[in-house]
Amino acid sequence: MTAQLMTAARWLAGAAAAFSPAALAQLQPYNMPVGVTDISREVFGLHMLIFWICVAIGVVVFGVMLVSLVRHRKSRGHEARQFHDSTAAEIAWTVVPFLILVAMAVPATQVLIKMEDTARADLTIKITGYQWLWHYEYLEQDIDFYSALSTPREQIYGLQAKGENYLLEVDNELVLPTNRKVRFLITSNDVLHAWWVPDLAVKKDAIPGFINESWTEIEEPGVYRGQCAELCGRDHGFMPVVVRAVAPDEYERWVAGKQAEQPVAAAQPATGSSN
Amino acid sequence: MSAVMVDDHHHDGPDSGIKRWICTTNHKDIGTLYLWFAMIMFFLGGLMALVVRAELFQPGLQFVDPQFFNSMTTMHALLMIFGVVMPAFTGLANWLIPMMVGGTDMALPRLNNWSFWLLPFAFTMLLATLFVPGGAPAGGWTLYPPLTLQTGAALPLLIFAIHLMGMSSIMGAINVIATILNMRAPGMTLMKMPMFVWTWLITAYLLIAVMPVLAGGVTMLLTDKYFGTSFFNAAGGGDPVMFQHIFWFFGHPEVYILILPSFGVISMILPTFARKPLFGYNSMVYATASIAFLSFVVWAHHMFTVGMPLAAQLFFMLSTMLIAVPTGVKVFNWVATMWRGSMTFETPMLFAIGFIVLFTIGGFSGLMLAIVPADYQYHDTYFVVAHFHYVLVPGSIFAIMAAVYYWLPKWTGHLYNETLGKWHFWLSTIFVNLTFFPMHFTGLAGMPRRIPDYALQFTDYNMLASIGAFGFGLAQLLFLYIVVATVRGGERATDRVWDGADGLEWTLPSPPPYHTFTTPPQIR
Repeated sequence: MTAQLMTAARWLAGAAAAFSPAALAQLQPYNMPVGVTDISREVFGLHMLIFWICVAIGVVVFGVMLVSLVRHRKSRGHEARQFHDSTAAEIAWTVVPFLILVAMAVPATQVLIKMEDTARADLTIKITGYQWLWHYEYLEQDIDFYSALSTPREQIYGLQAKGENYLLEVDNELVLPTNRKVRFLITSNDVLHAWWVPDLAVKKDAIPGFINESWTEIEEPGVYRGQCAELCGRDHGFMPVVVRAVAPDEYERWVAGKQAEQPVAAAQPATGSSN
Repeated sequence: MSAVMVDDHHHDGPDSGIKRWICTTNHKDIGTLYLWFAMIMFFLGGLMALVVRAELFQPGLQFVDPQFFNSMTTMHALLMIFGVVMPAFTGLANWLIPMMVGGTDMALPRLNNWSFWLLPFAFTMLLATLFVPGGAPAGGWTLYPPLTLQTGAALPLLIFAIHLMGMSSIMGAINVIATILNMRAPGMTLMKMPMFVWTWLITAYLLIAVMPVLAGGVTMLLTDKYFGTSFFNAAGGGDPVMFQHIFWFFGHPEVYILILPSFGVISMILPTFARKPLFGYNSMVYATASIAFLSFVVWAHHMFTVGMPLAAQLFFMLSTMLIAVPTGVKVFNWVATMWRGSMTFETPMLFAIGFIVLFTIGGFSGLMLAIVPADYQYHDTYFVVAHFHYVLVPGSIFAIMAAVYYWLPKWTGHLYNETLGKWHFWLSTIFVNLTFFPMHFTGLAGMPRRIPDYALQFTDYNMLASIGAFGFGLAQLLFLYIVVATVRGGERATDRVWDGADGLEWTLPSPPPYHTFTTPPQIR
């Protein structure tokens, strides 16, 4: 029996090693991204915590069930016992899950409180959803532009080979500085949309007539891609979000350049918008 | 005198021909109608799912326009929820509740006829939207404004169809409650009722409570669109998010309407094939009631990203997590029912075990979805699609199939082909997992739901899901064949059918006579 337990323990340890952070990193395309912000890492941590708790409960419940399925079958001559109640067991399996839930709720609440704190932002971007593109407005810098899908139709209809960032590329990227707290004010001009960048762990609905708040503080420069997450009509699948995070000094240069060209851009009609 | 004799004859058996089905007030006939209706809708809704899966087999747009794709996802959901799972459970309720409580029929037989016959009209109207200008509804089954208000001529048809379905459900629910509270044989106390009857009693209260809320919500959509009101229009002082609150106040109890009768079915089947009484009957009843109560206070967990105050998000997260407790009790009780039993694995038992395992997986992802910060990442992705299909397909649908295999010999007097039944189970189980398990990964990796085309990194798992979906669809033709073959003939079933079966319905002949328990049975 002890030998069996040891074997089982070794097997479990092996399985755990297979799911170690290093091994998991290789599976990354099929898990939630760890992301590039403090919050996104905490969200990822919560996700994995709850996942492993579920796995543990699953192993116990399905394990007991499996033992029963193997041993307590008529074909093996097992006689049915006629018990049908056990107050102790029933209290145990009410109280223990409750305590596990409390253990889950505490860290979840802590992360949520942090996510909701949009105060003391370094800059504010107003994001407006349209059918089917995004409009970005840098409120302090007087910069605004539209950001629409740039994947050519030929790729969508299979007349051309699909590019690496198929459906996740735009004409004008949202450029943000790293290590700055950026506040987003999110709204919509027509139907509901949702602005979502998985690497930032930001997803917020864009609602016409109302303004939602969210924030991020990106730690690593890079290009982060997301999509509209709320069904918004025919081209819902074709309004990606692309964020380019750059070092603060590079960001300042970008702002200066953008401000220089802005009056020309502002004179252009609002392409694709309904008004 | 002769008139009296004709009258007597009339009450002995069914009318002949089509009139039997149109004019019937017999709970068995109406149960059959409901079940066949659900079967037809199951294949129609499944066909729509296959259009979706065909388009998603590879990236790019191959077969359908994105607008039609959205119509397919919308109609698939409406058909499967209102046309398959709900009618199938009502069909089971009709067939089984009077026999299980020792009553003669449903308490309100004429209402019963009307409840059913509203459905073909409702769904004809709904399906007719496929052919109207502007196409079928494409704003998702959740009908969120303002998008849903962009629907063309289909909108009023959709709304009136929902009204009819709601009326049908409410009347069906009233009938179930009236039957259970009034038609029980002497000695059949509430706490002696089979679990299926209990779960349906609670479900019926949920239906009566929330179907009018849905009706109100969609009526407000109608007046916003055609009568100049602004319930959901911010420019007129309304709020689009209010619709979501109304919708999910219906929608969350609806989720339990779709699953509680399954719990009842599983609680009937397990004891039979484990040859052992249900473990913790009382706690099963209380757990079901707790789930039903909690289902009214968790609705906003479907909308964590709309921007609610922190306190509201915390409340809905905690109340949602709390549902895991009574749900866990049910699963533990089922496992304890199997424990130290003497199990055999006929098709109904296989489906019941498949249900417990796969529904529990859906429950786990549900628990993950309750965690608000993580839900921001999961929300509106394929992770959610995987979650609710796990609780609905190998959940509700498997329970319905388990029920059909379990009671079909009773209903028809014939045994189904056990080998084919087992094939059906294994094919369904393999393909249902092939279809829906990969969706967890595509969702976590960032694929939003309700999109007709996707980025290249999601390709391989979408291909798997599409292959699984077509396999699952084909496997269901086997189910149709088995059912038809069993109705038409087969080995004679005994009254008790299963050697471990317990309950009043098994004391009746197989098939039962047209009218049963005209003299109330003795309850031990």
